[in-house]
Amino acid sequence: MNSAGETSTAGHQGRRTKAKDSAASHDRRLLRDMMLIRRFEERCVELYSAAAIRGFVHLYIGEEAVAVGVHQALTERDAVVSTYREHGHALARGVPPKAVMAEMYGRVTGCSKGRGGSMHLFDSGRRFYGGNAIVAGGLPLAAGLALADRMRSRDRVTCCFFGDGAFAEGEFHETANLAALWELPVLFVCENNLYAMGTALAREHAQTDLAMRAASYGMTAWAVDGMDVHAVEKAAHRAVTSIRAGGGPHFLEARTYRFRAHSMYDPDRYRPKDEIAEWKRHDPVTGLTEALRSSGQLTSARLKKVERGITEEIEAAVAAAEQAPQEPVESLLEHVTGRDEEES
Amino acid sequence: MKAGGDHADRHSGATTFREALRDALREALTADDRVFLMGEDVGRYGGCFGVSLGLIEEFGPDRVRDTPLSESAFVGAGIGAALAGMRPIVEIMTVNFSLLALDQILNNAATLRHMSGGQLNVPLVIRMTTGAGRQLAAQHSHSLEGWYAHIPGIRVLAPATLKDARLLLGPALADPDPVLIFEHGTLYNMEGHLDPAVPAVDLDHAAVPREGTDLTVIAYGGCLSKALAAAEELAGDGISAEVVDLRSLRPLDDAAIIGSVRRTHRAVVVDEGWRSGGLSSEISARITEQAFFDLDAPVERVCSAEVPIPYARQMEEAALPQVPGIVAAARRVVS
Repeated sequence: MNSAGETSTAGHQGRRTKAKDSAASHDRRLLRDMMLIRRFEERCVELYSAAAIRGFVHLYIGEEAVAVGVHQALTERDAVVSTYREHGHALARGVPPKAVMAEMYGRVTGCSKGRGGSMHLFDSGRRFYGGNAIVAGGLPLAAGLALADRMRSRDRVTCCFFGDGAFAEGEFHETANLAALWELPVLFVCENNLYAMGTALAREHAQTDLAMRAASYGMTAWAVDGMDVHAVEKAAHRAVTSIRAGGGPHFLEARTYRFRAHSMYDPDRYRPKDEIAEWKRHDPVTGLTEALRSSGQLTSARLKKVERGITEEIEAAVAAAEQAPQEPVESLLEHVTGRDEEES
Repeated sequence: MKAGGDHADRHSGATTFREALRDALREALTADDRVFLMGEDVGRYGGCFGVSLGLIEEFGPDRVRDTPLSESAFVGAGIGAALAGMRPIVEIMTVNFSLLALDQILNNAATLRHMSGGQLNVPLVIRMTTGAGRQLAAQHSHSLEGWYAHIPGIRVLAPATLKDARLLLGPALADPDPVLIFEHGTLYNMEGHLDPAVPAVDLDHAAVPREGTDLTVIAYGGCLSKALAAAEELAGDGISAEVVDLRSLRPLDDAAIIGSVRRTHRAVVVDEGWRSGGLSSEISARITEQAFFDLDAPVERVCSAEVPIPYARQMEEAALPQVPGIVAAARRVVS
């Protein structure tokens, strides 16, 4: 994404090499990318309450440092496989907010033409492979994308996001083994937000050290502070560099927390209020904002300008989605098979 | 299972179903370097039913790829590889094991095109063994292809002839969407002569291996030979049965089915799947919907008994559609 203060999120086109990018402007860009995700989702909450968007909506608020940090190590050649809590991953990948918002509205201008909704964001041009709402269902796909790259000797990495809940699924076990066995170029990013929906980590895992368990498959694996965008960025760079050098799959356990409930339906009865409050003290957005401000790298005026730019971009996305026409139901049977038919 | 013997004389055009499948795999692997075969024991073992015997020596372990026992992971990996431009052929040992990969087949392979608004497609071929008749009992013998035929977004094929065993794979690989090929386990040793002049087959159309005028027997896969044997027996009694080989279970070739029934005015559907909620129900319903006023008798169905397939030989035989049952059903509809 682009540097702080700019209004476009055209993704990789705006990415500069770090050499040209001063540390301060790089940090401001990280902040802007996280703020965009945060504000986008806060707007989604309002729109959901107003019944403008429907379905399941799973918010990423609190976890932004993981998506933004990891994406610093990825290029447009690489692939991303995500989950149903993927607004942040899609935006960090450079999928335009306008396309994501239109998808939330179910419009044909959405990034999945309105057929997917919040849980199924896709952008084949950016090699963003969704948007998988079967917990752990995306992991085998990631292995396959990486297998194709390995068979064709392509210098590409497939980054696969999933949660601590997915770690309990058989598909995690199968895929971790397969990827390690075949030395596939996969970066597994486990966003451990401590809850599989409403079930706490210790109530779903006999051994809660996920990185240690991942290492047992023969992958390099370690845990990182998922609330610290710099720590995530550094870990992702280290892992991706090693993967590109032929080091096989790597596993990052990003220890993070979602500040909101599991979904818009969730009354959030299972988490202690003081636990939520404690994690909010580690808010990656306010944390980086304060750090940049106290070190003089971000003035109030500049921050306001960034916020205004993000607000304008999101409001433009909302307005465009509101105005986009409804797809006529006559095209219901499109996108089922490549054949023109659908029998019966 | 052992690889089994391939004793057919290749020079005379004689071959087996297994060998025809292998020739198709060899041709596909030779023609397109994006094609690779992946599954449990497809390589060094030679395939659990011997279909891919020798291919690892010809094409190497990268393209004839042994997998761990991880149906969900390697089917999903086939989907991912297809998304990234490859043309994977994934072998699953039996349809019962495919249930371990059902999440990937249904929730990803069949739906990615739609969920992504048409951005993605999954040009993947999945081959698996189906059906009973080998005393393999209730976890290796079921016929669940009808379940798969329920799912929009995939194509379901059931070769019953040497020609289809040899020629379906090419167009299946050319299809932009997932294609499931169900190979009935009793067919692998079927011997016969394959006309080398037959250049290609299509995926969409049913075949009519025997024409007739008094009734239509609709069958596929492992039951086709039973349907043909029944037709032969009926001919001895002066009853002329037309046999339709479905070949494709999704999409169904309505025109062929309905066209035949309109001529004969009577239909018997043979399906090794269970009767309740099965493929035979669908075919019967379509005949009723589209040709009700052409029928001279209610549609009959000959299906597997509503029981997990048992081990004991006589019990297994009793559970499956057999020639006498098809003949009896035919007599009922023409009476």
